[in-house]
Amino acid sequence: MDILAQLIVSGIAVGGVYALIALGFVVIYKATSIINFATGEFMMIGAYFFYTFLVMVGMPPIPSFLMVMLCSAMLGLFIERAILRHMLGQPTISIVMVTIGLSSILMGLAEMIWSTDFKNFPPLFPRAPIILGDIIIRSNLFWGFIVAMLAVAAFALLFKYAKVGVAMRATAGDQMAAFSMGINVRTMFTVAWSLGAIAAALGGVIIGNIGGIQPTLGNIGLKIFPVVILGGLDSIAGAVVGGFIVGLVENIAGGYLDPYVGGGVKDLAPFVVLVLILLIKPYGLFGKEDIERL
Amino acid sequence: MTANNDEQAILTVNNIEVVYNHVVLVLKGLSLAVPKGSIVALLGSNGAGKSTTLKAISGLLPLEDGEITDGWLEFEGQRLGDELPHKLVRRGIFQVMEGRRVFEDLTVEENLTCGAYTRRDRSGVKADLDKCFNYFPILKDRLGKLAGYLSGGEQQMLAISRALLARPTLMMLDEPSLGLAPLLVEEIFAIIQEINQKEGTSILLVEQNAQMALGVSSYGYIMESGRVVLDGPVERLLADQDVQEFYLGLGSGGARKSYREVKHYKRRKRWLS
Ligand SMILES: Nc1ncnc2c1ncn2[C@@H]1O[C@H](COP(=O)(O)OP(=O)(O)OP(=O)(O)O)[C@@H](O)[C@H]1O
Ligand SMILES: [Mg+2]
Repeated sequence: MDILAQLIVSGIAVGGVYALIALGFVVIYKATSIINFATGEFMMIGAYFFYTFLVMVGMPPIPSFLMVMLCSAMLGLFIERAILRHMLGQPTISIVMVTIGLSSILMGLAEMIWSTDFKNFPPLFPRAPIILGDIIIRSNLFWGFIVAMLAVAAFALLFKYAKVGVAMRATAGDQMAAFSMGINVRTMFTVAWSLGAIAAALGGVIIGNIGGIQPTLGNIGLKIFPVVILGGLDSIAGAVVGGFIVGLVENIAGGYLDPYVGGGVKDLAPFVVLVLILLIKPYGLFGKEDIERL
Repeated sequence: MTANNDEQAILTVNNIEVVYNHVVLVLKGLSLAVPKGSIVALLGSNGAGKSTTLKAISGLLPLEDGEITDGWLEFEGQRLGDELPHKLVRRGIFQVMEGRRVFEDLTVEENLTCGAYTRRDRSGVKADLDKCFNYFPILKDRLGKLAGYLSGGEQQMLAISRALLARPTLMMLDEPSLGLAPLLVEEIFAIIQEINQKEGTSILLVEQNAQMALGVSSYGYIMESGRVVLDGPVERLLADQDVQEFYLGLGSGGARKSYREVKHYKRRKRWLS
């Protein structure tokens, strides 16, 4: 019983971080219908940005965090303006290939700039684990979860209430009608890429703070596919729920089964659940019926 | 015969040609003018090119792979180049697209926010919002509802309200009567007229419902396969025998013709183009 509670709590905590990264994917997909296979690399680059400002430049954590947001926004903006804008109207498969290529380029760049060495952030939070009754949570995971949830909430509020958020949702719904309202749809695409990059990068900082960073950190980004497909590619609420489901499933399944089979269940379980759910609900738990381009 | 040379025209379309997908020629030298502060009707059968004309003016054409290949447009005395549609909204041209095109996943209130997207004067928007609720009280009760769940009539009210909130100098309406009950159609047209008179908004009105459209307009154009085939002040159009027969469905006796007879005439009216 204690073990289950422990696994549930850490599953939720990890799930919250997945939710944030998945949000970075969903924002871009929703506005532009582009499946961004480089989401994991946005995450990884975000973690390196943080390392750069915090360790190499020596800035305090909060300004470093803000610099990560600024730099990732610029990265998203640049990638949209320089590459994806010119792919508008091209076949989905070509655009997917471009984002896959992009993920390799970003990984290569990270190796060139920061080398392949494993790096750690200096401790940002008190090291003592958080104790809730019988349950123990690692301090970095606990604070990571809090930061992730704050970020998710900020994004949700932005989309719900800010004028630019409403305009982005309008663009996602009907591009031509959005244009006819005076909304600059192209700017909305740029904004979506910037926000998507920020969300993924913040997730990267949190993950990097928990487990350290390497140019291959982006591989964790693959986990967002079960998350977003569970939640429906275009649903922000779905990304959050999907994040929690994947976090819970991998922790519980891994915690109970890994000792018997010698590991691997943790990584496998989310995809098994994914397949099962898709068999029952082909558009994900929250997805719109007419979205199936994957 | 057209009002092209009218100095008071807010919009002049001169001899434009529009091609879709580089091959399909849809507008074949179309000219029209909208005098400042007036309502002008643009009529014609399905596929005549009415919506295409509006999209050419509002700049939405390139989004459907259409292109103006000849002729020119002038708005408030200035040539329209190839500005993107969002810029033209800021200049005062607003098109209410065919089929209402409300944002279904957004609430009524959020849809209205989109209508006012280009506005910076909060107090002015607030006042215009009250005007919308005055014209369409039902919208006020629906503010928090998703627009996709509104009835067709309510969606049309929402679409017109979005246009009002943009405060355009030229409002273009593409078949506002589409799919609405007759009583509601009359109401909508009365409001269109009111917007024109009270706000001084110039209006270009595309309609299938010729009778209603000519009822509120001062000038009318009739299109056939990409050209204007007949135009004039509405009084003259209404008196015109052909218009009566082909567009108002009235025979010489004034009685409504049966669908079959109208169809027969439709075949005969080819000479018009
Ligand atoms: N995006 C497009 N690509 C190719 N052809 C098009 C496109 N849009 C319209 N057309 C063609 O252009 C012609 C005129 O279309 P348009 O929509 O302007 O007609 P309309 O007068 O508005 O008709 P309706 O009364 O049915 O709305 C039609 O023959 C149509 O098939
Ligand atoms: Mg039309």
